[in-house]
Amino acid sequence: MTALNEITLHGIAAAPGIVMGKVFVYTKHVPHIDEKAISAEDVEKEVERLRNAVIRSEKELQKILSFAEQKIGNSKAKIFEAQIMILSDNVLFDSIYKRIRKERKNAEFVVHGEITKYQQLMMNSSDEYMRERAHDVEDIKNRIIRNIQEQKLISRFEGGSIVVSQSLTPADTILFSRNEILGYATDMGGVTSHAALLSRSLKIPAVVGLKDVTSHVLSGASMILDGYSGVVIINPSEETIAQYKRRSREMAKFEHGLNDLRELPAQTTDGKLVELVSNIEFADEIRFTKTQGSHGIGLYRTEGLLMGRDTFPSEEEQYREYKSIAEKVFPNKVIMRTFDIGGDKIIAHSYEEENPFLGWRGIRVALDRPETFLAQMRAMLRASARKNIWVMFPMVSSLKEVRRAKALVVQAKDSLRAEKHAFDDTMKIGVMIEVPSAAVVTGDIAKEVDFLSIGTNDLIQYLLAVDRGNDIVSQLYQEFEPAVILTIRHIIKEAHKNKIPVSMCGEMAGDPVATLLLLGLGLDEFSVIPYVLPEIKKIIRSVPLREAQKIAVRAMKFSTVEEVKEFLVGHLKRVAPDIPLPV
Amino acid sequence: MVPMIEKDVVIKNRAGLHTRPAATLVKLAAKFKSEFFIVKDGVEINGKSIIGVMTLAAEQGSTLQLRFDGEDEGNACAAIVGLFERGFDEI
Repeated sequence: MTALNEITLHGIAAAPGIVMGKVFVYTKHVPHIDEKAISAEDVEKEVERLRNAVIRSEKELQKILSFAEQKIGNSKAKIFEAQIMILSDNVLFDSIYKRIRKERKNAEFVVHGEITKYQQLMMNSSDEYMRERAHDVEDIKNRIIRNIQEQKLISRFEGGSIVVSQSLTPADTILFSRNEILGYATDMGGVTSHAALLSRSLKIPAVVGLKDVTSHVLSGASMILDGYSGVVIINPSEETIAQYKRRSREMAKFEHGLNDLRELPAQTTDGKLVELVSNIEFADEIRFTKTQGSHGIGLYRTEGLLMGRDTFPSEEEQYREYKSIAEKVFPNKVIMRTFDIGGDKIIAHSYEEENPFLGWRGIRVALDRPETFLAQMRAMLRASARKNIWVMFPMVSSLKEVRRAKALVVQAKDSLRAEKHAFDDTMKIGVMIEVPSAAVVTGDIAKEVDFLSIGTNDLIQYLLAVDRGNDIVSQLYQEFEPAVILTIRHIIKEAHKNKIPVSMCGEMAGDPVATLLLLGLGLDEFSVIPYVLPEIKKIIRSVPLREAQKIAVRAMKFSTVEEVKEFLVGHLKRVAPDIPLPV
Repeated sequence: MVPMIEKDVVIKNRAGLHTRPAATLVKLAAKFKSEFFIVKDGVEINGKSIIGVMTLAAEQGSTLQLRFDGEDEGNACAAIVGLFERGFDEI
């Protein structure tokens, strides 16, 4: 038998831990609903079917509730109590029973129609939390319908599996955990979904938002799930398994020592303080960044606001969201990035781009649609009363774009002034350096802005002309390519010549192997996913700056990726031997 | 004119009117005979319906109008307004 191909998929790290095991693909039962007419004499029978279904649903949920209370505590189990309360919601069921009797329609059809109405109201909300709740309501609706149709719930299967599913409801998450589940991997979901929160409470490693993991595996396939970095590997080779076993042991050992780090500053042994902050997409993540010891937000991706919608949120909606984020982060700062989307994501346009990565994206969309950009700027400015919001523009490729965007900021300020709105007139403006042309002219751009942030993911792709998503060439994507290092050095030098700080918010900032190099090159701020923050802090705290500087100078003398990497790994092992190395 | 009590309240707890506070509110409302409605942004929902209250995306600082109608409307109003003022005991 030939070995199966190893497939690596990237998603969102939802609950930490590394597990290996067999996959169980869980296909959700989607009830089939027909509209049926019920004869007059059968109407009461139909009402009875529904009553029985509600009783059975309640029994199921009571079981889940008491199990959840034992496993995750009373307060977190409350979400199931809310579902049980829906089952005894007289206002809802009175209207359902009334319709069954009056319209003489089958129970599942009416239940579906009535509950979907409420779900729609939740889905229309601008609040991410509320849209997640719509999924909880979906769960209760399907539970009642399944029970009307008298179908059994499958919640038991072979223990020791990694559950792979399109999505998971909180009830699924709890029920499955009785089977000694190793981990969860799902197509959909974000860090704030209930299932993700529960996985963390249950201490079950999870990776969500994998987009199409269900189409890559069948039950019984072997899988490694890395809930620290949000990666799953299907059909791992012996070598990969050995690497992950080592990483798992190291991470477990390392996590023990992390609590002491939380309150400590990210400071080198000779006193150089650097900013260590987090990347987020939703307000709900802020609490977690704090428990990881973050001192602010270095990248808030405002695209989170666009999820599941086909129109831009209003200025008012944006204002409320930005204000609540600024409040939560205060007294630290939050760098808000204006919408970084491909044009086709939200504005339907008939022209399909052949190369979307080289197409209508980021600041290009903003400058072509100034009304959208102005609304976002006004919302950010209005939310800036605490003076802790910094704004930055994505995908800038020339100085001209910076000037045009800044002119729009002035326009937004003028309109707010005319309307007597208060705002922070000194709000800092920065740009992402992620397009090679912008990197080359960093010196000119630096004269126009207050700060820079290096977006390594795109910068490396564009600089090396490698599409990370293309399996044939993705191994050429290397952050330690000498050209990448020299470019980063150039950006930092030019920024410092102009006396402005440089942040890095790409994945490289969170790679422990890169920390000494970046520190030595003079990076002022590391903005990373919250999970890796303690590791990076630990490395920063274990060297004097002048030693990191020497390491950086020597790293630039090598001419291949392999040499640079080996050199940096060697130094990392020496200065911080307990840091688990990424695979 | 049928007598009826109307009262504006402000959400004080940080999480707003999310699942847990919604459950507390509906449970309290059920103890009274009076009808109880909540109006937000022109939308009126029945305050005794958990699924209805769950659709209100009412975050901290937003204002809701409460309406009570029935024999014990005074007591219902006092109890429920008290709950809002205590921030659902979540502050």
